[in-house]
Amino acid sequence: MATDLVPSQVVPPSAEATPEAPRRKRRPRPVPLWRDLLRYRWLYLLLLPGLVYFVVFKYLPMYGLTIAFKDYVPFLGYSGSEWVGLKHFQELFTGPDFGRLMFNTLLLALLTIVFVFPAPIVVALMLNELRLRVLKRSVQSLIYIPHFLSWTIVASLTYLLFSVDFGVIANWIHGLVGGQKTDYVAQADWFRPLIVLQLLWKQTGWGTIIYLAALAGVDSQLYEAARVDGAGRWRQFWHITLPAIRPTIVVMAILTSGHLMDSGFEQIWLMTTSLNRDVADVFDTFVYYIGITQGSFSYATAVGLFKGVVGVVLIFGSNLLAKRLGQRGLF
Amino acid sequence: MKQRVRYYDSAGSRVFDVLNVVLLTGLAIVTVLPLLYVLAGSFATESEISSRPFFLWPHRFVTDTYHYIFSTDTFVRALLTTIAVTAVGTVIQLALTLTMAYPLAKRFLPGRALMLNLVIFTLVFSGGMIPTYLVVRDLGLLDSYWALILPLAINPFYLIVVKSFFQELPEALEEAARIDGCNELNVFLRIVLPLSKPIIATFSLFYAVGIWNDYMSPLLYIDDSKKWTLQMIVRQLTAANADSANVLQQLETVTFPEQGLKFAVVVVATLPILFFYPFLQKHFAKGVLIGSVKE
Repeated sequence: MATDLVPSQVVPPSAEATPEAPRRKRRPRPVPLWRDLLRYRWLYLLLLPGLVYFVVFKYLPMYGLTIAFKDYVPFLGYSGSEWVGLKHFQELFTGPDFGRLMFNTLLLALLTIVFVFPAPIVVALMLNELRLRVLKRSVQSLIYIPHFLSWTIVASLTYLLFSVDFGVIANWIHGLVGGQKTDYVAQADWFRPLIVLQLLWKQTGWGTIIYLAALAGVDSQLYEAARVDGAGRWRQFWHITLPAIRPTIVVMAILTSGHLMDSGFEQIWLMTTSLNRDVADVFDTFVYYIGITQGSFSYATAVGLFKGVVGVVLIFGSNLLAKRLGQRGLF
Repeated sequence: MKQRVRYYDSAGSRVFDVLNVVLLTGLAIVTVLPLLYVLAGSFATESEISSRPFFLWPHRFVTDTYHYIFSTDTFVRALLTTIAVTAVGTVIQLALTLTMAYPLAKRFLPGRALMLNLVIFTLVFSGGMIPTYLVVRDLGLLDSYWALILPLAINPFYLIVVKSFFQELPEALEEAARIDGCNELNVFLRIVLPLSKPIIATFSLFYAVGIWNDYMSPLLYIDDSKKWTLQMIVRQLTAANADSANVLQQLETVTFPEQGLKFAVVVVATLPILFFYPFLQKHFAKGVLIGSVKE
């Protein structure tokens, strides 16, 4: 590649490499490290601050994961605290919270896969069929907006719309159904529907972008050829459009499955009330309660590590599965 | 030119078209309606908010709520804090991301592959909340504004996108500069950065939105309520059991628009995002982000 060349590196067509010299695979003399460092000093200098960031805020915490196997006492530090092996993991797996956390986390993930994952695909396909360009662009502009709003805003909007006192939607439903007023925001029964509703509102529009990009890449000649062959709109959709976004759907499915255990800390935290904690508690928020609120750093780290490891297994597993099924996968 | 192939629209196809237009228009309206309602509500009187079911234009247009929230120290301080942290944070994030992405874009650089893998690994696995919290604490950053910036200084995903962008730049220009005796630092500052204006604009907006919207960092790292950011205030005011008077530390028993101010703080926290939204959209619509996701 031409991009690999730097003046100082350009090797002149050397006389040594003439035919009579046998093609010995001479290994290049190892260049001393300091020579590289000196030659590329400016590049390494540019790299340094970022590298420090990754070491301090990404890799130091990974080292900090060792406290999951210790009884961490701040006073004694990481290395001084006593090793306790798998004690915290035992506590987690046999404790009273594990079943509930797992159930809540996985049920939310399941609801996300069933309701939230397909939504952008459907909307992207609908947008793709829209023939009015102006309308398509306006709809896109409007449905992308919620993606940029914070979860705090989303939670506040939910509260303003669903609160018992003056919530517009709450009052509207009350007017339709009658009976007792329901406190949607506080009640456990409504926690999961509201979470799904928020995710749909916030992420559906933005999620269409990646599918629309895939759809834009489809060669229009394919459609014209199909039309000449007498394929109607449905057939074109079924045989051209849908196959065109299948790889994208697979990649997105892999990414989603890697996050089955991540419930979106901010969203869940903001929607948790004293009345719905039984259904709201997931691994992410549990780590916060245990670690930050109660100060059991080691136990909380163990919970977080368990979650992280499951996440890695899931993402590699689903990637493997996608490849077995003949798709291209992510890596 | 492209010849438009006329083909028969079956009745079903036309019904679908109409339905499609109606459904998508409906979707767009439903998406923005809550925002418009909150905007209207923030200019309405208390009685109108509680008595009128739904409105997009208040009967009586009042600005009491805004007068009130801007008269409280707590809110003004949080707003100014958030603006400052967002501004400083974005500059730092951009600087670190750009300077790191440039060397990583140089295929000839020894050690590049290793460092790139170190970055990519953090996308799959991380130390998690508690170990990161402990690092921040051990650095003495608790209750410091730096805790809202430094732990998020580089988004690995953005870094990889910027790196891919640098790789696409024509090498010939950099080459010419090197031959003219520029060192790598000058090539970066004088040649590469001016060519990168679109991507700098894009990611400064994305980083700024990220800090502005961040709720988790202040929740984790900021205890002192005097140092709360806007998102914390919004949360405190609109939580189901909010005690607005207490949050805003207004001890005088003046009557204040208790419901209306919730609408107003949501509007103030949303407005900057909506203001920058057209710029954001212009850039991501170009596919800056998507094009380089898959290397």
